[in-house]
Amino acid sequence: MNELPQQLVNGLLLGSMYGLVAIGYTMVYGIVQLINFAHGEIFMTGAFGALSVYLWVVPSGTTMWIALPLMLIGAILVAVLVAIGAERFAYRPLRGAPRLAPLITAIGLSLALQQAVWAWYPEAKSARTFPQIEGGPFHIGDVTIQTGDIFLLAAAPISMAVLAYFVMKTRTGRGMQATAQDPDTAKLMGVNTDRIIVIAFALGAVFAAIGGVAYGLKYGQIDYRMGFILGLKAFTAAVLGGIGNIYGAMIGGVVLGIAETLATAYIADIPGMDKFGSQSWADVWAFVLLILVLLFRPQGLLGERVADRA
Amino acid sequence: MRQRSLIAITAALSAGALTLTACGSRDSDDKGSDSGDGTVVTIGVDAPLTGDLSALGLGIKNSVDLAAKTANKQKLVDGVTFKIQALDDQAQPSSGQQNATKLVADKSVLGVVGPLNSSVAESMQKVFDDAKLVEVSPANTNPALTQGTDWASTKKRPYKSYFRTATTDAIQGPFAAQYLVNDAKKKKVFVIDDKKTYGAGLAGTFTEEFKKLGGTVAGTEHINPDSKDFSAIATKVKNSGADVVYYGGEYPQAGPLSKQIKAAGAKIPVVGGDGIYSADFIKLAGATATGDLATSVGAPVEQLPSAKEFVANYKNGGYKEAYEAYGGYSYDSAWAIIEAVKKVVDDNDGKLPDDARAKVTEAMQNVSFDGVTGKVSFDEFGDATNKQLTVYAVENGAWKPVKSGTYSG
Repeated sequence: MNELPQQLVNGLLLGSMYGLVAIGYTMVYGIVQLINFAHGEIFMTGAFGALSVYLWVVPSGTTMWIALPLMLIGAILVAVLVAIGAERFAYRPLRGAPRLAPLITAIGLSLALQQAVWAWYPEAKSARTFPQIEGGPFHIGDVTIQTGDIFLLAAAPISMAVLAYFVMKTRTGRGMQATAQDPDTAKLMGVNTDRIIVIAFALGAVFAAIGGVAYGLKYGQIDYRMGFILGLKAFTAAVLGGIGNIYGAMIGGVVLGIAETLATAYIADIPGMDKFGSQSWADVWAFVLLILVLLFRPQGLLGERVADRA
Repeated sequence: MRQRSLIAITAALSAGALTLTACGSRDSDDKGSDSGDGTVVTIGVDAPLTGDLSALGLGIKNSVDLAAKTANKQKLVDGVTFKIQALDDQAQPSSGQQNATKLVADKSVLGVVGPLNSSVAESMQKVFDDAKLVEVSPANTNPALTQGTDWASTKKRPYKSYFRTATTDAIQGPFAAQYLVNDAKKKKVFVIDDKKTYGAGLAGTFTEEFKKLGGTVAGTEHINPDSKDFSAIATKVKNSGADVVYYGGEYPQAGPLSKQIKAAGAKIPVVGGDGIYSADFIKLAGATATGDLATSVGAPVEQLPSAKEFVANYKNGGYKEAYEAYGGYSYDSAWAIIEAVKKVVDDNDGKLPDDARAKVTEAMQNVSFDGVTGKVSFDEFGDATNKQLTVYAVENGAWKPVKSGTYSG
């Protein structure tokens, strides 16, 4: 049996998840030039928000077709609240400070959020099981798709479409573009930049929350550390796609996911490379790819060269 | 102003983080033991009380606590009250070493039960040995810990203060291979490990024996323990045509791995060592875990007559967590320390001698009693003389013993 189509789908799924989280990195960076390293934890709190709704709001035994939308709302509410809180109390007071200060705050915030979930969420000290959608799996030729993955396959493109519409067509979206280009001039033109920045954080959190629910459905479990590595990967995806570019985030995610999967599956088959092919090397190959892209295309795959903003 | 608010926020954040960490360590201090008159002897416990492996770690801590309470209730050692001091190593060698130093500094500590992980034990052995403080591990299975790094050719015991009640990977891996080839009639295995001391060691000894018995290896893979996405490996396993998967590693990865292998369409059992023999494995692997196998050290605790009392007492002890894979071994480890302390006290006219630590370590070598897991005593390397193993299978969402036996090379 030819396993390549299945491996490509595996990579696409992993990459879509990276992409959903990467949107948050890229939007916040695009507007305030801040790398929000706590974004992985916003993704994590979103997943726990969804689990909380399932455990404590929805009556037990409710079908997932009803529970899942409510869980999504719960995830988005929690993630957006955490993101707005982070912006208000951790980042806004530092807005004029040197670049390094908010970066360090972000890392501190990331640890604090992990520890908070660890300490206060019931039984979060080890992984918690996440509800699953019944039915499936589905077979298309040689390719198997799990029921939980259907959610991810649908959510990623729909999210992108809604986001693109929002940024290109709405008044607030255009305000975001203006603020991204030049915050001072945008302010002079009557754009409420403070509000725009909060919206950027909140929107990023919405997609992270959707990603968090997708993670739970895909792997069947969530834990308080799930955001750390995934956040780093998503940040890498954002850089790979061209940080600041929302389409770039999704494309960077998919490229990264497929690269990792193919490296795991095939590098060992290259003569002399059998030592470097296992999954524990996949991250290394992902970063080799990132370095190569940045060497030959420093602005990332879809980024534009912006001379006055470095 | 900007600068000041920066400082304020950083300070607030770090204070917050520190408070939270403090919460964690306060959690792990045990206040459950009775304290009475006379001499207090502390039994240290080092295990992962938080994080991925906490289910196993808390089982260890509770079982040691039960042993101390039982000894106090029976007034086993006249004039001596046992209490426990449990420290969290988070399965990290560096934390383990810090804990070891802390336990050594506490003069009332005369023995330590732990740790869970062989890699953590490596970092603690010398600290304890320098202090002549005895350490009894209920769970370490890496042969090098007792027989030196060249254990396969020349056995040499590196530390006289280290003992264990668990058997080693040198027999656990081959035992699984024998079961799979002789009893389950499996021929093609896909071997996966997590590259850690325990996992890679187990996968190595398993593979060797599996090949020797005429089986073939359809593929090998190493996973990244930080990752949860094993879909690429699952697809490879499915396409390799293997009829069984052997995983050297622990349940936080084994659970999702089993789930994803089954989801990819490979309806074959995943087999592992005592590191996956946990209720959490079944929780994480989900409904498709049925038929997965694990080997664990000793006979099933529930079946031994000597263990009935332990199981009943544990239930009555009101512990929140299950005793898990190492409960019986932890109880026996603690009891071995208690027996050694008793011997030392009895030999010294009912009082603890000044060099109690060295004396206890010496006495440990000759300890022998009927424990929860069978006869407990140690050979010249500090290894358990009891070399029994059991194969367990997942059935109706729980581990069921399938076959017990003693490994013979």
